[in-house]
Amino acid sequence: MHAWLLAFAALLAGCGEVWNNPYPAQDGGRNILYGAFTERPKHLDPVQSYSSDESEFNSQIYEPPLQYHYLKRPYTLVPLTAETMPRVRSVNAAGRDVPADSPGVAYTLYEIRIRPGILYQPHPAFARGPDGNLLYHNLSQADLKEVYSLGDFPQTGTRELTAEDYIYQIKRLAHPRLHSPLFGLMSEYIAGFKEFAERLKAEDKTLADSGRRGAWLDLSTLPLDGVEQIDKYSYRVRIKGRYPQFAYWLAMNFFAPVPIEADRFFAQPGMAERNLTLDWYPIGTGPYMLTENNPNARMVLERNPNFRGEPYPDAGEADDAAAGLLAAAGRRMPFIDKAVFSREREGIPYWNKFLQGYYDLSGISSDSFDQAVRVSVEGEAGVSPEMAAKGIKLKTSVSASTYYFAFNWLDPVVGGEQSDAAARARARKLRQAISIALDWEEFISIFANGRGIPAQGPIPSGIFGYREGRDGVNPVVYDWAGDAPKRKPIEAAKKLLAEAGYPGGRDAQSGQPLVLYLDTTDRGPGDKPRLDWYRKQFAKLAIQLEIRGTDYNRFQEKVRKGAAQMFAWGWLADYPDPENFLFLFHGPQSRAKAQGENAANYANPEYDRLFEQVKHMENGSARQALIDRMMAILREDAPWSFGYHPKDYSLYHGWVANLKPNLMARNSLKYQRIDAALRERRRAEWNRPVLWPLGLLVVVIVASAAPAVIGWRRRERSKGRT
Amino acid sequence: MLAYVVRRLLYAIPILIGVNLLTFLLFFVVNTPDDMARMQLGIKRVTPEAIAHWKAERGYDKPLLYNRNAEGAARVTNTIFFEKSVKLFAFEFGRADDGRDIGNEIRTRMGPSLAIAVPTFVLGLFVTVSFALLLAFFRATYLDFWGVVLCVAMMSISSLFYIIGGQYLVSKVWHLVPISGYAGGLDAMRFLLLPVLIGVAAGIGSSTRWYRTIFLEEIGKDYVRTARAKGLSELAVLFRHVLKNALIPILTGVVVVIPLLFMGSLLTESFFGIPGLGSYTIDAINAQDFAVVRAMVFIGSVLYIAGLLLTDLSYTLVDPRVRLQ
Repeated sequence: MHAWLLAFAALLAGCGEVWNNPYPAQDGGRNILYGAFTERPKHLDPVQSYSSDESEFNSQIYEPPLQYHYLKRPYTLVPLTAETMPRVRSVNAAGRDVPADSPGVAYTLYEIRIRPGILYQPHPAFARGPDGNLLYHNLSQADLKEVYSLGDFPQTGTRELTAEDYIYQIKRLAHPRLHSPLFGLMSEYIAGFKEFAERLKAEDKTLADSGRRGAWLDLSTLPLDGVEQIDKYSYRVRIKGRYPQFAYWLAMNFFAPVPIEADRFFAQPGMAERNLTLDWYPIGTGPYMLTENNPNARMVLERNPNFRGEPYPDAGEADDAAAGLLAAAGRRMPFIDKAVFSREREGIPYWNKFLQGYYDLSGISSDSFDQAVRVSVEGEAGVSPEMAAKGIKLKTSVSASTYYFAFNWLDPVVGGEQSDAAARARARKLRQAISIALDWEEFISIFANGRGIPAQGPIPSGIFGYREGRDGVNPVVYDWAGDAPKRKPIEAAKKLLAEAGYPGGRDAQSGQPLVLYLDTTDRGPGDKPRLDWYRKQFAKLAIQLEIRGTDYNRFQEKVRKGAAQMFAWGWLADYPDPENFLFLFHGPQSRAKAQGENAANYANPEYDRLFEQVKHMENGSARQALIDRMMAILREDAPWSFGYHPKDYSLYHGWVANLKPNLMARNSLKYQRIDAALRERRRAEWNRPVLWPLGLLVVVIVASAAPAVIGWRRRERSKGRT
Repeated sequence: MLAYVVRRLLYAIPILIGVNLLTFLLFFVVNTPDDMARMQLGIKRVTPEAIAHWKAERGYDKPLLYNRNAEGAARVTNTIFFEKSVKLFAFEFGRADDGRDIGNEIRTRMGPSLAIAVPTFVLGLFVTVSFALLLAFFRATYLDFWGVVLCVAMMSISSLFYIIGGQYLVSKVWHLVPISGYAGGLDAMRFLLLPVLIGVAAGIGSSTRWYRTIFLEEIGKDYVRTARAKGLSELAVLFRHVLKNALIPILTGVVVVIPLLFMGSLLTESFFGIPGLGSYTIDAINAQDFAVVRAMVFIGSVLYIAGLLLTDLSYTLVDPRVRLQ
């Protein structure tokens, strides 16, 4: 036993002065950032990848032409690989330039010029032999026999980024086998995109019919009407009509470059069978490249040796200099050599490893909220004394998202499509009454640990169109109480309910109690408090609430078919423009009628008309005035009970610098810095092995064994046995 | 015996078809091909055309079990069930919904699963059999009484408690091993030590009580009295005679699980971040990846059948009276 313990101690001692370090001892003190991910990324192909979990990796690798300024607020687009911001021109049907606000605008042209000299990361798709031919583009099955990962190709190469790579990627959005979530939207705007997709489908079918199903489709030979190359470094995208939000899409990875060599390389027979696809081996020009792709355990990003370098921003918000966020102004990024992200499926190990210093950053789960955060009397959140003693810091920001409670507009009771005006007015008052009764302040306090701002409308703060103070209050639900909004008393809701034809929660005509139905995916024991809360809110109005718990698939199906009466849902913005929230009420984008994102199926001709105007306008007082009118319509019609805008809380250790929450940009790794020496000292200090339990274990084993041994000997020596 | 083995293998075919059919029906009771497509394509900005194309590409646009529009045998063969099932029997698992090769994933993840399951199994068997023999030796004494009390207490505690408590004490408070994670080669030992010890500890209670009962039943038999009358030491009686004769019930419970060690542990792998087959299965269920779920259930069934067959075969090794016909 002693020998075993000694061997165990020797094994652990090999890990350095701490025994519980999950990383190799030789990495101690290196300029590496350690993080974790809980969800395995599904797609890393920029044509398909859409979730924030995937962007954490992809955005460090791929470089679209634009990016969000890291420090400035409101969120501002700046060039990334582009030399300058795109040159935007409006033309009429004859191709002549016209003013952007002219009614004769037929197309908007986005001309983008990228910087020369940008190189791709080292990759075997670019490797060339002495004769100049690509080395790995005609691989046979025999060549691939010993190949299991990209690292098994001994040669790599690179080449300069060109405008053609951006065009190639735009074409890939229409590829029938890639199922890009953006194709549907872009086909409405990029000239000739639908026709191009049809052409690709036909080409794909021809390949399949000729027995070459799944063979590589060379998109470079197929012209796309709305996208053209101007020169080696410039390209032009022709957008139908006006769509100012297109610039935001140019900052997303959907519009990052993909080199034709990579597409062709991965399309070779035998590659997919070895899991060698562009979907799992991203290739980019960004500051990092993915060097280990094991989504079951670990994803590793390492500095791209071919990265051109990019200066750290030298301007930001007023407080940024004081917060030390401008200390690195003008210095070449990236600062960190390597980032190791480990898969953590469970919250407990994730949290404890963060506290031990093995993760540099962490979110805060509900379980650890009380341990991590203290909220002052003034409502200011800060770290708890325990966290402060460790030098842990907290960053909070209002998320560009909203959580809402929707009334299905197609429903005969709570909806808004009744045939007569009186019935519509009664249903509206019912929705308004429920909106008052649903106490979202209480919800945020109980279920979100105070991490949220009660919503006055769909647009969260930080997005144009949001109004602070009294001007931004929803007057149907709130009164202005001096310096803050105050939810109307329940009596006001009861009055509205009576006017809606349900005095005391009963149908005035039939006398029957009013029963409403909430569809939800909350079904487990852990969800009961939330469901009880909903029942309690409706009980304030004596309305009986029936909860229809179902799995997520059925829930989605009911919402899709317009069969759910009421449901709670959320929306995370794609870009910081009010259009990305206001379109959630646009009638033609009804979920039930057109499979759009308007899940409540709300329809109001005036709102729709205003939306058509607002979506094309530049930010300014005219746009704000229209948005105000739209807000007033929404508040009056109440197709949603506006729930709350969640606040993001994240913790980070004192050795991490240059951290500023940026809810739009995901390419933040290049800005961050690590004091690896400090981290090493803290880890050693916090993780000294406690050895007395090992000694105690020996004593317990010996003490337990002793009576057994004594008894054994006594029995063996005794003369008679039974 | 060969005839017996062949017969048992032939019996396995309808069982596997039945298990496959049951998995198929259960899966598609709660999921539709549309749900699967949406899970893969995401919930934002997914068009009905993209869903239809995703299904067509993967053969999920066909009827589930019976194709009314087809003729002859195609009514059965041109269905999702038939097309997705036939290849399983050739151990061709195809691709997961995310495009990854399932066979490749299984081969990669089998190592970490075995690395945790085999030591837990072997060490657990050794500890529980030894402890049970010890209790049998001290039967009807206070050591036996308190040993059984300890076993009952240990088997009453949830395995989740062992995991969380073990991580808290050993890793968080005492800083002796990493809380979670995995590495290849010898470095894996640092990560496996705690889950293996917890796995062993969690199994001690129930297994020891079961083995103790078996040993006590054997100890009362005539041949044991004869052995003692010959003057053999109690150690020799227990290990040479009692253990050998108690092997059949022990093997019934033990051999059948040996092949299943490949399947990994759902809970342990999740909490300790071990990238094995247990966590692969959990991920697939969460992602509604029918291809992976079906493959893992199929492999589990095959291994279970293999385990039962091995158990029968092992009887002939430990008891010459057993003949398989």
